Amino acid sequence: MIRLDLHTTLALAALLAAALPLPASASEVRVGDLIVANAWTRVTPPGARVAGGFLTITNTGKAADRLVSGTSPIAGHVEIHEMTMDGGVMKMREVAGGLEIAPGATVELKPGSYHVMFMDLKSGPMEGKPVAGTLTFEKAGTTAITFEVAPLGAKSPAHGMN
Amino acid sequence: MANTRQGALRSVRLVAWAAIAVLVLAAGMHLLGEAQKAQQSGRALPGAATIGGPFELTRTDGTRFSSSALAGKPYAIFFGFTHCPDICPTTLLEMSNHLKELGDRADKLRVLFVSVDPERDTPEHLKRYLSAFDDRIIGLTGTTQEVAAIGKSYRVFFEKVPSKDGQDYTMNHTASVYLMDKAGSLVSTLSFQEPDEQRQKKIENLLDR
Ligand SMILES: [Cu+2]
Repeated sequence: MIRLDLHTTLALAALLAAALPLPASASEVRVGDLIVANAWTRVTPPGARVAGGFLTITNTGKAADRLVSGTSPIAGHVEIHEMTMDGGVMKMREVAGGLEIAPGATVELKPGSYHVMFMDLKSGPMEGKPVAGTLTFEKAGTTAITFEVAPLGAKSPAHGMN
Repeated sequence: MANTRQGALRSVRLVAWAAIAVLVLAAGMHLLGEAQKAQQSGRALPGAATIGGPFELTRTDGTRFSSSALAGKPYAIFFGFTHCPDICPTTLLEMSNHLKELGDRADKLRVLFVSVDPERDTPEHLKRYLSAFDDRIIGLTGTTQEVAAIGKSYRVFFEKVPSKDGQDYTMNHTASVYLMDKAGSLVSTLSFQEPDEQRQKKIENLLDR
């Protein structure tokens, strides 16, 4: 009887959890004049100390804004990075002064380009376990965001590798 | 009469110019085609002889690895580091997929991943990291001097980029995969930016040599 009760309780809890509104993830988050959409990251190899986060930001306002920082419980710290290829050399650096989102523009953070850099990883993103985080913009302020987790090496959020 | 002759001369000149234009165009296309064919069929690239050379590094199980173990075998070699968010895990995954795609022929190819960050990429750490990928990929690290030496002989660029607070660093590095033939000469390179099928074809051409 006690076991049954425990199971019932767990089942109820699971149902409740499923019914609770989740933070917006693959969908959109609005913060001020900005729309942040399709945030995703991917599974990292075991022992990885860094991971990339990707998303799109659309500025529906009349003034430019800047993505200046972020946080996530999975990372010791988060930076906004740019990756470029220069004659076969991969270069990565922090975007000085933050990433500008011009009025009317949509900026895509994606593999091989701009990304949110999760550094000093405490635990790597795992499939089926969306990663929480925040992003801070110069004007629009801070918003909570959820990164969906794609498989190892995925090049886009929708489908897996290749 | 004079008009007709002039007209004929003009026609001849026009035809001559057209012929020259066609020849120039054909020569250019031929050259382009040759360069492309060299890449795809795996003939040696210009200047390829100066890339590569003997090296000694440490495998992920702590044993030593000498380039002499590669004698007579074609191999793919690329350079990276595990504190890399994008291109290194992507390339490792792509190489894993290529090996799988090769089926039995994969036995003919050696795949080497060399860390350019030996300070952080210890053999143990590299072993754990590479466990997510095809176990035929040979992970190599070494002393700073050993890594500098192989970087120099393969003309691989790498540099540390310190973070703002100076507490951390990332690395810029050559991202290409070098395809080396059984004589140890560079045959072609793979880029993560080219289509999977094209990379696969280059690898198969290497094995066909
Ligand atoms: Cu980065």
